[in-house]
Amino acid sequence: MGPVLAGVLQLLALVAALALAYVPAGTYMARVYSSKRHLRVERWAYRAIGADPDTEMTWTAYLRGVLAFSAVGVLFLYLLMRLQGVLPGSLGFASVDPAQSFNTAVSFVTNTNWQSYYGEQTMGHVVQTAGLAVQNFLSAAVGMAVAVALVRGFARARTGDLGNFWADLVRGTVRILVPAAAIAAVVLVACGVIQNFSGIHEVGQFFNGHSTGGPQQWNGGAVASQEAIKELGTNGGGYFNANSAHPFENPTPFSNLFEIFLILLIPFSLTRTFGVLVGNVRQGHAILATMFTIWLGFVALMMWTEFAHHGPALQAAGGAMEGKEVRFGVGSSSVFAVSTTLTSTGAVDSFHSSFTGLGGGLTLLSMMLGEIAPGGTGSGLYGMLILAVIAVFVAGLMVGRTPEYLGKKIGAREMKLAACYILITPALVLVLTAASVALPTPPHSTLNPGAHGFSEILYAFTSAANNNGSAFAGLNANTDWFNTTTALAMLLGRFLPMVFVLALAGSLAGQRPVPVTAGTLRTEKPLFTGLLVGAVLIITGLTYFPALALGPLAEGLAS
Amino acid sequence: MNNSVTNTARLLGAGLRALLVLTLVTGVLYPLAVTGIAQGLFPGKANGSEVRADGQVVGSSLIGQQGYSLDYFQPRPANGLGENTANTQYKLILSGATNLSADNRKLVESVRAAKAEVVRENSTAGYRVKPDDVPADAVTSSGSGLDPDISPRYAALQVHRVAARNHLSVTEVRRLVDRHTEGRTLGFMGDPRVNVLALNIALRELVAKH
Repeated sequence: MGPVLAGVLQLLALVAALALAYVPAGTYMARVYSSKRHLRVERWAYRAIGADPDTEMTWTAYLRGVLAFSAVGVLFLYLLMRLQGVLPGSLGFASVDPAQSFNTAVSFVTNTNWQSYYGEQTMGHVVQTAGLAVQNFLSAAVGMAVAVALVRGFARARTGDLGNFWADLVRGTVRILVPAAAIAAVVLVACGVIQNFSGIHEVGQFFNGHSTGGPQQWNGGAVASQEAIKELGTNGGGYFNANSAHPFENPTPFSNLFEIFLILLIPFSLTRTFGVLVGNVRQGHAILATMFTIWLGFVALMMWTEFAHHGPALQAAGGAMEGKEVRFGVGSSSVFAVSTTLTSTGAVDSFHSSFTGLGGGLTLLSMMLGEIAPGGTGSGLYGMLILAVIAVFVAGLMVGRTPEYLGKKIGAREMKLAACYILITPALVLVLTAASVALPTPPHSTLNPGAHGFSEILYAFTSAANNNGSAFAGLNANTDWFNTTTALAMLLGRFLPMVFVLALAGSLAGQRPVPVTAGTLRTEKPLFTGLLVGAVLIITGLTYFPALALGPLAEGLAS
Repeated sequence: MNNSVTNTARLLGAGLRALLVLTLVTGVLYPLAVTGIAQGLFPGKANGSEVRADGQVVGSSLIGQQGYSLDYFQPRPANGLGENTANTQYKLILSGATNLSADNRKLVESVRAAKAEVVRENSTAGYRVKPDDVPADAVTSSGSGLDPDISPRYAALQVHRVAARNHLSVTEVRRLVDRHTEGRTLGFMGDPRVNVLALNIALRELVAKH
């Protein structure tokens, strides 16, 4: 069997596994967010928080909950890193400096997991396990909560109520993420991912008379428990610098496919949750079909360009193996690269900077779509629903009817909020990239010359503003400029869109539903899926084409 | 004004308490439970899949090593590996890739140089390696720099050199490589591979027997 056929079979196996999980996972999550019961552990949590989980919140109250919880999260994580040097269980690692601590705290709370540090030499057990891994859970749970609030906006009528943030946060964590991550972590350990709390210890090295090798020193760590939620919560922050390329994070071909499965599981299944909650699962299928079409198309393109291995160095080598592991090969590395950038994950099992010019461009474009196919846990669904609103509006303009989606009128207020949502990230990406290129020192951080150097900077801000976290990692991002500006991009790129999503949810929830008539656009039909795919690609294309032309397109077309 | 400050403080307090409770669940109970299960069910794997030879730990089956002499099978290049720059009381290996782009002249040159070296080192009196025989993994660095494997093609290409330098027959060494070649998982996952550390341990045993 050739590597291309093996790659395609792996893709099919992955799709089959996702299809099997779709209905049970999606339906279960819908039940979690609409259940009237509270588990005992949840009651304890509500008592500690001092919140009544049955109190309904308006969109502003819900938003205040999100912002307060996230602000506290940033501060707590920042202090944990600043105090690492005096905390027990930190392997004797020093405290992290202020700029890097701030950047990292923001990065993990915003579900970005951009890392300007080397995990194995910077973060001890306490920061990794009780700080970074915790935000892997909580930032994902916040994303899901906001998505569910938007769905309730569509599902409810003549009320301002969107549910209770504390209840959604606790339930998403306790009933969805923790059990799923625990099972996944045990599977990963069975593959060979490490899970221990041993210190840094010497391990012998295969030695012979002529060798220059000496003993190696290894970190122990609770890697499997963090790896599981890192993928499941579309976080992506590696325990080690090499992320999911590190054999202790991703030891076998099976663990690699399993990690891709974990990345895609919740984002795809949430479309089912959406369908159940709005009372029409076919509406969920239309959104799923849109996400799946884009994902599959990008995977196909990525496999094609990586197997074709254009580019002088890759042609000289005879294959696109720079930055890739033998056990994964080109095929499943391509699937991983697309899946991690089309979601807000940013974990990598191979290094995007050494992909073909066009392959690197595809990872960039995947993020520029807004990470909606299928997108991050929660953020993918709300991002795609915003684009659905825009697609409905465009269709409405074409036939001259007031646009509606799921029985709600898309009026001037709704369109303004949706438009603001889609303008934020491009503005952050393009302005900060331009500033970095125009200023005298930031360009010194690039590793590669020419178009690829520009791509490194463009990639950094695209990744930060879209809360992805992967990098063209040659860029030295541990400078005051990049630590500060990427932190800014992550914060604004996460929370400003949430403001508009929740405002939109509030506005929709207050409306009375419009009856379906013969003139209503049927948003559960393939025609709408086609329209939505087109809207996504055209909006992104128009926004980013000039920037892409200067970077990956220039590199890809030259080779 | 005073009212909104109080409200904000109350809200932040609720946020802090929520964070602490959920940290207890996800940052203490969850990792400890997973560690307990992992150490109970898969102690070897949870502690790094250590490999022993002659009663000593010589590494991990998952972590590739550099620095074998030419008597042994060579791993992939690891130009992206680094040494630690922070907390230097330890000698830590920093995993990582070169991140050089496909059109970077440095990468082109390093690939060409690596290829020339592979051809030169592996050509023996009776066996000439052609540049086209050299597979891509032999001249490129992996993503982690710790790739424990090489492709079966790269292992096959080294058989003549290893046999000659250890005074073994080519057939014997080839059989050794075949025994250590792992196909795709279930026939389709990943790429076929040879674990360099396991192969070299077996090679040393074979040489010792002669």
